[in-house]
Amino acid sequence: MGKIVAATGNEAVAEALRQINPDVCAAYPITPQTDMMQRFASFVSDGKVDTEIMLVESEHSAMSACIGASAGGGRVATATSGPGLALMWEMLYVASGMRLPIVMPVVNRSLSAPLNIHGDHSDAMGARDSGWIQLWSENAQEAYDNTIQAFRIGEHMDIRLPVMVCLDGFIISHSIERMEYLDDNVVKAFVREYKSLNPLLDVENPKSIGPLILPDLYHEYKRAQHEVMTKVKDVVLDVAEDFKKISGRSYGLFETYRLDDAEIAVVILNSAAGTAKDIVDEFREKGIKAGLLKPRLFRPFPYEEVAHALKNLKAVCIMDRADSFGGYGPLFMEVSSALYPLNDRPIMINKIYGLGGRDFMPQHAEIVLDELVEIVKTGKFKTIKEYIGVRE
Amino acid sequence: MMKKLSKMPESLKPVHFRFCPGCGHGILHRIIGEIIDELWVREKTIGFAPVGCAVFAYDYFNFDVIETAHGRSPAVATAMKRLLPDRLIFTYQGDGDLAAIGIAEIIHAANRGENFSVIFVNNATYGMTGGQMAPTTLIGQKTTTTTQGRDEKATGYPLKVSEMLATIDGVSLIWRTSLDLPKNVISTKEAIRKAFQYQLDGKGFSLIEVLSPCPTDWWMSPQEALSWMRKNMIPVFPLGVIKDKYSER
Ligand SMILES: Cc1ncc(C[n+]2csc(CCOP(=O)(O)OP(=O)(O)O)c2C)c(N)n1
Repeated sequence: MGKIVAATGNEAVAEALRQINPDVCAAYPITPQTDMMQRFASFVSDGKVDTEIMLVESEHSAMSACIGASAGGGRVATATSGPGLALMWEMLYVASGMRLPIVMPVVNRSLSAPLNIHGDHSDAMGARDSGWIQLWSENAQEAYDNTIQAFRIGEHMDIRLPVMVCLDGFIISHSIERMEYLDDNVVKAFVREYKSLNPLLDVENPKSIGPLILPDLYHEYKRAQHEVMTKVKDVVLDVAEDFKKISGRSYGLFETYRLDDAEIAVVILNSAAGTAKDIVDEFREKGIKAGLLKPRLFRPFPYEEVAHALKNLKAVCIMDRADSFGGYGPLFMEVSSALYPLNDRPIMINKIYGLGGRDFMPQHAEIVLDELVEIVKTGKFKTIKEYIGVRE
Repeated sequence: MMKKLSKMPESLKPVHFRFCPGCGHGILHRIIGEIIDELWVREKTIGFAPVGCAVFAYDYFNFDVIETAHGRSPAVATAMKRLLPDRLIFTYQGDGDLAAIGIAEIIHAANRGENFSVIFVNNATYGMTGGQMAPTTLIGQKTTTTTQGRDEKATGYPLKVSEMLATIDGVSLIWRTSLDLPKNVISTKEAIRKAFQYQLDGKGFSLIEVLSPCPTDWWMSPQEALSWMRKNMIPVFPLGVIKDKYSER
């Protein structure tokens, strides 16, 4: 059986990458991801992995290198944060369009300007439409577990898509928590030998990858990407079931917390969900039927399942650690789309919290749940979208 | 009453630097402040802060400063200088900012002969992110991403950006200096003054590369860092004027 350790989120994900031992990793530093790939660079120097590590000159080159290695038939990973992910934008679409199962931990960070190095979800939300699968993680354990599962999901022969594993910058990447590592051989057996699809230099069957495709077929190509996304949910669930066998830990498309009989709930991603669960407990103690839903698979978004999980609520607050300025928060847009087909749906409000690393405090969850109680009582809400925790 | 011989330049705010002990950025900020005072151009100077350890340039310089994305200053400065040709515009860039992520921008700004000045701080590492290998890292130098020392077979050679840029016709002045000794600090000041003067005279693109100690990320005391620079860095990055289009020969 594995071992119990005290580790930071970055350390835990680096450990997962060591156990997986990819063929190629690209590394380029950016806070707060830096020490993840730096640890991995030490594994390379110390001969603990066989990986070819590429110290590139920018994130644009990091993702380009991953594309080259993956198209060349290797198992490939890199990691980044905030502006680094933004600089990769062009290449993200190339990776998914070429159906290359690259795995990339994203240590979530805000975007400039103003310059800020702390955690929010603007980076990954900006990459939402890039054709990558996105798994989100509340803590170091989930980041570790998701990284291992990401290889199986992305590399599945029915899928072949790149996967981002999101974890909160600093809050998770840099804080130490108790967690469990699996044994090396267990991880190795779980992720299996890498199989490349359409390897290059197959002289009998020469191929072109990523060619110019004009209006005659581009549209069909993109529909194929849409269609493969519809298969991802099942694979995520199958992989989670296998993962439970080796770890005892259960994963789904999202986590629900005290939601079954709840009347009010928050929907919230990543680390802040941990804080919010405590407050849900406090409200439960007061006899208020509060609950929580924490998405794990954000792309593809499990609309029907989320709708089913939230349909009996009277009011729900969807909390975003990113803003689509001039629109609602990105998570709100998904959840409200999910609930739209229902005839009878909860009242939905949207709170923007924690941008640029502003702490999400227990009292913020309290304010939100109090407001939901009030909404249920009166049947009225004041505004749909609002910032909380703002210094006035 | 004793006479005060030295004071803070007006071009610096009266605040303490928060750089690590022995870091070169503080000396360089001071030199730049002095030159701007001496040229009487504080009121028309615009500085470009990099992403890197010098990110807080706007906290120290007592004139307008704009923060750009990592490596992009030369592109941003190009446009600003063309819009405001009477301003003194300089970019302040580390070797990660200029020689890695921003290498395209600097080459093309130089090639167009843009009339602004570049202060290029070469400390052979990515300081801000904790001492990873930079393109300028020396062969055998240990960094947090080359823990056995930089191996040229895997990661190439120390990139000599100044020599490379000196091959470009559009460039007016390229001069490499160092902060290891007082006399080299003095010639650094001379070099930057000349670069700024060239800009004011409309002579086009100038770049001053300054070798600068980073004791923290070199894992050395400030004293050792200076000797290390002399022994290891200067032989790879020799000091002196590399190109001066307007020198009378
Ligand atoms: C797009 C992007 N990628 C990566 C980073 C992370 N980053 C911040 S500073 C830095 C290196 C700075 O090194 P250098 O320019 O040599 O300056 P120094 O800190 O040594 O003064 C990096 C890679 C970033 N801010 N933005």
